[in-house]
Amino acid sequence: MEMPSPNPAVLARKARLVERLSQVLPADAVISDEAETRAYECDALTAYKCPPLLAVLPRSTAEVSDILRICHEEGVPVVPRGAGTSLAGGALPTADCVILGVARMNDVLETDYDNRIIRVQTGRTNLSVSGAVEEEDFFYAPDPSSQLACAIAGNIAMNSGGAHCLKYGVTTNNLLGVTMVMMDGSVVEIGGAHLDAGGLDLLGVICGSEGQLGVVTEATLRILRKPEGARPVLIGYDSNEVAGACVSDIIKAGVLPVAIEFMDRPCIEACEAFAKAGYPMCEALLIVEVEGSEAEIDHQLRLITDIARSHNPVELREATDSDEAARIWLGRKSAFGAMGQINDYMCLDGTIPVSSLPDVLRRIGEMSEEFGLGVANVFHAGDGNMHPLILFDANKPGDLERCEAFGAEILKLCVEVGGCLTGEHGVGIEKRDLMLHQYEPADIEAQLRVKDVFDPGWLLNPAKVFPLSTTQSRRQPELAAE
Amino acid sequence: MTPQSEAELAEMIAEAKGPLSVTGGGTRAIAGGAVPLSIAGLSGVSLYEPGALTLVVKAGTPLSQITSLLDAENQRLAFEPMDHRGLLGTDGDATIGGVFAANISGPRRIQCGAARDFLLGVRFVDGRGQRLSNGGRVMKNVTGYDLVKLMCGAHGTLGVLSEVSLKVLPKAEAVATVTVEIAEVTKAVAAMSKALGSPYDVTGAAYDPERGTVHIRVEGFEASVAYRAGALCQDLASFGAAEVSGEDAALLWQRIRDVAAFHDRPGDVWRISVKPTDAVHLASKLDASALQFDWGGGLIWALMPPGQDLRAQMTVPGHATLVRADAATRARIVRFQPEPAPLAAVSAGLRAQFDPRGILNPGLMG
Repeated sequence: MEMPSPNPAVLARKARLVERLSQVLPADAVISDEAETRAYECDALTAYKCPPLLAVLPRSTAEVSDILRICHEEGVPVVPRGAGTSLAGGALPTADCVILGVARMNDVLETDYDNRIIRVQTGRTNLSVSGAVEEEDFFYAPDPSSQLACAIAGNIAMNSGGAHCLKYGVTTNNLLGVTMVMMDGSVVEIGGAHLDAGGLDLLGVICGSEGQLGVVTEATLRILRKPEGARPVLIGYDSNEVAGACVSDIIKAGVLPVAIEFMDRPCIEACEAFAKAGYPMCEALLIVEVEGSEAEIDHQLRLITDIARSHNPVELREATDSDEAARIWLGRKSAFGAMGQINDYMCLDGTIPVSSLPDVLRRIGEMSEEFGLGVANVFHAGDGNMHPLILFDANKPGDLERCEAFGAEILKLCVEVGGCLTGEHGVGIEKRDLMLHQYEPADIEAQLRVKDVFDPGWLLNPAKVFPLSTTQSRRQPELAAE
Repeated sequence: MTPQSEAELAEMIAEAKGPLSVTGGGTRAIAGGAVPLSIAGLSGVSLYEPGALTLVVKAGTPLSQITSLLDAENQRLAFEPMDHRGLLGTDGDATIGGVFAANISGPRRIQCGAARDFLLGVRFVDGRGQRLSNGGRVMKNVTGYDLVKLMCGAHGTLGVLSEVSLKVLPKAEAVATVTVEIAEVTKAVAAMSKALGSPYDVTGAAYDPERGTVHIRVEGFEASVAYRAGALCQDLASFGAAEVSGEDAALLWQRIRDVAAFHDRPGDVWRISVKPTDAVHLASKLDASALQFDWGGGLIWALMPPGQDLRAQMTVPGHATLVRADAATRARIVRFQPEPAPLAAVSAGLRAQFDPRGILNPGLMG
């Protein structure tokens, strides 16, 4: 994966930059020692590493504003970082950048149950937002798998989803307002506790912009009252086609489960070996969860199991108590850990129309043979968000490259059948060079023009999201002019 | 001008010599007095997959046609777009492109989201005459910037929609409305907050101060609706007499959605978006002849004496849109609330990028 070579003029200004930043930040907030900056050399896409020039750990919007103003004046690129859990390399540094980490900004600023909102600093972790309102039986709906560690800042940058977004939507559907610092240091308030934008939907375009338009320091989030209860059912089938048809029939019947998870045989086997959840050995496993009162849950599960039975399942297991429910989820929730036990893996998140599910799974199986790499599929079936886990051996020369080539083919396939490259992880560097498979050059150019408005100097997270060739004249105008 | 294809639309915009008034069905009376450019000629369904809850249609497709198509599969546009014809005295057929260009939602917005939350992808022609696309037809998509959101609610000022992909949802099997008799706004908003903060999945919370009635809607499977409506009656009894309404729910919520209370009454109509509990204070400060509350108090419809600038009376954060007024007032008071300077600069920057000649509904959004 190519990254732009560092700007020597910026590298040469390191001492001056440290001095200026130290004037506006406490001593422990500026990290310039090479042994310490190494902690920020990568995010969860660990195959790529590069220590930054500096890292700064502000505690307030005012400090973020000072940092960005100084970096803007000095012409230094800034890579914002939440908790560093990006699977797409969204927080990967370059050697000439300042990493701006928001991890120390994790206060709850306001909880308001009457208006069903919470306002937090964005370094707060996803799960601890729900934790802050749990005593009143409320929760924050988007629940990415990394929710224990990932920060709201990163959730906003990547417009994160989760297992329950079939019913509750993704980050953009639950974000009402932000305090954002622009690259020149100015602070803007967008949206708020009210529901709709008064002018253009700037909040909508900021959410999912991968830290390229501004640094979001505070967020107003929608909180919801917890349902009375929830219960899953586990359904096993002997073919992916039939499992896919079952999903489609459930949705057509007017039931809207909060989650429909799908696992294929390699994934079932790995999870079972790892977590011993008691899964049946079959081709496809569905976990369908519904919510409501006891009676509502019974009613919905009856509809779902009737549909499931009409497709002749090899297994149909309804949870009768919370222990059984936990066991049904156990395997699924440990899927990534289970894969990690077997091998190194790369996790993709291309999204496809639900109707093309069986076809896409078959073709992924064929490609797995061609590339000689195993692949397990676990995904959010209700919304077509795939998660193929490609297994490889990082210590084996050439394996990573083969894995990336395989991954690229899967993502191209997702686009080909009418889907997209990424449903919830973001583009980062990982899918950057595939963007032209999804979009025409003019469509990319339209997006670059949006960045031109927010960050005319192209200093914020500049080498991400778009193929480097499409952004070079903006990132390095001096080279383009030569 | 009424282009019959996206290519024609692109040609017309590229060759335009001056300002264009972009319109869908014209039911919301938004377009100004420039050369009309209607998308009504771009009509038709490109794809409908009920099992994937996905619909792709040309932007000029009449809303009525989409409603019948979805009806046949027992599905609907869950965001419940308001019909402005009664309020504005307009006629014609609303188009799906117009609904998204204006981000029109109804009472269910508080539970399932706004029009913008259901828009999955767009094709559009920008002010340069370029044919562009963003998003797609799948539910989850974070590939590149979300220009879909930017286009939704831009009222045609950044580009003219030619095709939209959207998420649809199943219709509810049953619906019930709980009514609570409450005379004061403060108590009404508190009752709606209580309902919306309950686990009963409320899909509508509106207050009509003239009737002194709070309306709370629940939808879903029959037995579940009965159970939740009963539970809400109990929970809300402390605010006033609460019961399950015998009124036709579909008609009742259509009247709330369309602000039927103001249809035959003279005066300017303003639409105010605020934090629900701020509605109480604001309502007491407004020089309004009538008010209607939706979204648990977060949406206020105000019937005002003609020619007054309600924004001068806005004492809380939020924004106010002038929806209905005579030409003289509209010439004096802009439709949308002016943004604070830093955001206005960003918006102006975006308009300059997408419509450098400033020909698409110029002046409408600043």
